[in-house]
Amino acid sequence: MRSYLLSRLLGMIPTLAVISVIIFVVIQLPPGDIVTSMLDRLQAQGVDTTEEYVQNLRAQYNLDKPMVLQYFYWAGNLLTGDMGYSHLYSRPVNDLLWERLGYTLSITVSALFFTWLVALPIGIYSAIRQYSIGDYILTTIALVGLATPPFLVALVFMHIGFDWFGVSTGGLFSPEYEDAPWSWARIADLLAHIWLPMIIIGLGSAAFTMRILRANLLDELNKPYVVTARAKGVGHAKLIIKYPVRIAINPFISTIGFVLPSLISGEAIVSLVMGLPTIGPLLLQALLNQDMFLAGSLLMWLAILTVVGILLSDILLAWIDPRIRFE
Amino acid sequence: MSEAVLSPVAETPVSREESAAISPRRLIWLRFRRHRLAYASGIFLLLLYIVSGFCEFVSPYGTTTRNDDAINAPPMSVHFFDAEGNFHLRPFVYAYRMEVNEDTWMREYSEDTTRMFPIRFFARGESYEMWNLFESDVHLFTTDEGGYIHLFGTDQLGRDMFSRVFYGGRISLSIGLVGVVLTIVLGILLGGIAGYLGGIADRVVNKAIEVLTCLPALPLWMALSAALPVHWSPLLVYFGISIILSLFGWTGLARQVRGRFLSLREEEFVMAARLIGADTPRVIRKHMLPSFSSHIIATATLAVPGMILGETALSFLGIGLRPPVVSWGVLMFQAQNPLVIEMTPWQMLPGLFVVLAVMAFNLLGDGLRDAADPYSTAGAK
Amino acid sequence: MDTVLKVRDLAVDFKTDLGLTHALVDVGFDMPRGKVTAIVGESGSGKSVTANCIMRIIQPPGRIVGGTIDFAPQGMDPFEIVSLGKRDPRLKELRGGLISMVFQEPMTALSPVYTVGNQVAEAILCHRKVGRKQAWQEAAEMLERVGIDDIDRRIRMYPFEFSGGMRQRVVIAMALVCHPEILICDEPTTALDVTIQAEILTLIRDLQQELGNSVLFITHDIGVVAQLADQVVVMYQGRVLEIGTVRQVLKDPVHPYTKGLLAAIPGLAPKGEPLATIATVVGDTDITRPYPLVTLRDGRQVSLPRDQLQGAVG
Repeated sequence: MRSYLLSRLLGMIPTLAVISVIIFVVIQLPPGDIVTSMLDRLQAQGVDTTEEYVQNLRAQYNLDKPMVLQYFYWAGNLLTGDMGYSHLYSRPVNDLLWERLGYTLSITVSALFFTWLVALPIGIYSAIRQYSIGDYILTTIALVGLATPPFLVALVFMHIGFDWFGVSTGGLFSPEYEDAPWSWARIADLLAHIWLPMIIIGLGSAAFTMRILRANLLDELNKPYVVTARAKGVGHAKLIIKYPVRIAINPFISTIGFVLPSLISGEAIVSLVMGLPTIGPLLLQALLNQDMFLAGSLLMWLAILTVVGILLSDILLAWIDPRIRFE
Repeated sequence: MSEAVLSPVAETPVSREESAAISPRRLIWLRFRRHRLAYASGIFLLLLYIVSGFCEFVSPYGTTTRNDDAINAPPMSVHFFDAEGNFHLRPFVYAYRMEVNEDTWMREYSEDTTRMFPIRFFARGESYEMWNLFESDVHLFTTDEGGYIHLFGTDQLGRDMFSRVFYGGRISLSIGLVGVVLTIVLGILLGGIAGYLGGIADRVVNKAIEVLTCLPALPLWMALSAALPVHWSPLLVYFGISIILSLFGWTGLARQVRGRFLSLREEEFVMAARLIGADTPRVIRKHMLPSFSSHIIATATLAVPGMILGETALSFLGIGLRPPVVSWGVLMFQAQNPLVIEMTPWQMLPGLFVVLAVMAFNLLGDGLRDAADPYSTAGAK
Repeated sequence: MDTVLKVRDLAVDFKTDLGLTHALVDVGFDMPRGKVTAIVGESGSGKSVTANCIMRIIQPPGRIVGGTIDFAPQGMDPFEIVSLGKRDPRLKELRGGLISMVFQEPMTALSPVYTVGNQVAEAILCHRKVGRKQAWQEAAEMLERVGIDDIDRRIRMYPFEFSGGMRQRVVIAMALVCHPEILICDEPTTALDVTIQAEILTLIRDLQQELGNSVLFITHDIGVVAQLADQVVVMYQGRVLEIGTVRQVLKDPVHPYTKGLLAAIPGLAPKGEPLATIATVVGDTDITRPYPLVTLRDGRQVSLPRDQLQGAVG
């Protein structure tokens, strides 16, 4: 187990390195760079700039160096925790990032738990009652859930909230807690708001996961080891949970690798629709305004979140399935 | 034995004697036919593609035509009976009667039963250029001069939603196909290289797949499409977006192809082909590809929804396709505000089409996958 | 004769796409207590279905449509198995407690995610009110008895770390750990190597003699029957064709199908002659037509029309 853990942890390093290269390339793609967009802004304000000033700026951001070197400066700064300066918000990226990252993390993680909480019982029910009316209804709902983009779900929910309850369902806090310092009351307020984005974001993944679990379980239900256990006298409920479900749950956990990126994608777009103070809206603003330091850091952090999440799911999988542990 | 027993029974298309003679392709088709839901989805998609393909003809109006009498007007209903209860063989719609609500200052529409517009089929209306090839003014249905018909209502500029939905469908549905074609090319190429060559090539491709699958697609799509130059023409943006979508979409297919190649390499019939002297390209073309081409089709079908959803999401955010191009995502961009949905819920109709199309693709893909699997019994329900 | 299990008129149908299949038709036989009864037949003859009926683990689309299975365990009131309700406590007691089963596929008969000890001890915990520690202790003893050494280490290992023969030993330990009245072995050696087959067969026979339980042994291998069985039941297409002692059936078969089955064994035919198939021996006799079992003078039972028995009828 320890060697497995170690190899997985070491395997993360090249993955993250490759990801950082991809992200660096992506943020370099737009025409112009941070200095040209700063100059544009200054010019719009009517400030004249000298050639020397421009050169200084470029040197300050290492833009006069070759591309490869620029990457290492950028990556090196990331490693030391310095993510640069957002000229869009005129603040260090670190300041902007941490709180929003926390919200992103809490929404994504709760959406993940929601996904499991919903998909597990429904998937099991649907498989052991295959072709029952309940199964048909649930698989149909899953089919629709899978086909509905998260932002559409968000719009529908907000519409329902507005129409039926007369409440605006956007945001993560009530107005009075928006800028308040952290307190138990603020946390309670957060919890009272977070469930809606959690459901909205988790719906598609729950549908996906439930379908996977149902299919897996249907495969397992008639395996010989289940018959053996039944012949041994294990009671029905315990039999289902201990034997086929336990095996069918493996791919279910490994799908976290698919589910987590899609949850993070969903979170980004749902946050935009619902006005949540997470990374998504910040990223869109950064991209639209070519604030590439900010965009790059945000992308990198989203990627890190995903990679760590997948690592955790791998560990969970190894812990649950001895076959992987003993490989 | 009587005659009736000897005649083939329509219910069982594959008897044992027959199954030896029919081609694998036909077997897959027969199995697919038994998947009623998948079959229906296939037909639905075919219709949707035909209608979107001929949207100039099917729609009564163009995408920019405004009706100043109908701003944010609700969908019309088609009548056969008029207000007096008289039956009309030719269906008709009533004109809008607009009133401004004095409390909310919103326009409210009702049916003006004194003015009816009969629906004319294959009649002349607005002129258009079909596929940029020839000009015409014949529409599937329209009204007489002076009348108007808005089956899905209108938007805030008085543009006909029905027309816009199908023009949008042309873009959204085709971007999925273009993206998937690119995906297939990338997936087969890289997956095939990895699976057939093995070794370092395999490890590199595998790492690439691993890295790409653990990246959240949407934020990267966002970054890439934000990088598309503003001055690009709509056509360039269209292809740019499809390339971006397939850039991260090929991994699933590549993984499949790789796995198939790896297992097929060990199969005896591949070994046999090699032993009788077939060269590598021939082995791949003649023996390996055919044995999983149906899987590729199924996987590709299941990849289309991701493309459609991707385009919709990007355009919805305003960084994908932009007006004047009309796609389902662009149409949804107008519906971002819950207030818009509250006041004009019919602006959500493009979303409904997205859901229907994606659902149909998922069902179709599932059905194809089951049919392509020679050991599947799932189709036999 | 002391009979532990009495099967009468057992009928099972399978409802498939192609229509109704009669998997068992009026199957009946008695199992003498403390003896080995073998059911012989080709694939699809209904051997396994019969076993699954006794355990009541027939899965849909299969369904028991008629018949009775009377079971007389020692020290308990006899009861009938087919009519037991789903929630009848005796059904739970029956499975794994009074009757247990060893399956054909040792590679897949154990769940890969639990240790061997866990799965053997579970059988005890399902049927007796003992503590976990006690159950593991007994599991270890039984595992040693079936020939697994280095038990302290092995009991904590997972099935996939075991070879096929070892796994089958585990399954046998799991089946015997509650000291069942009847052990059903459903082709327990088919999936194993020939050398391992012999070991497992010896193990089953030794344990049977040691523990004194009754065994229902299902196989298509006549050689195994000769080695192991006291009584033989020949099945074909869901019906019983012949029942008798192992000597009667193997040395002097009455039913043409049984004769065919025996003639088709390689090595018994004279050298140089083509190996007989069942069809050549059976000849014109229509063995697909059902006849009620007729008891002969020497006690054996055969499913043939009376006129073909030529005075052998008792």
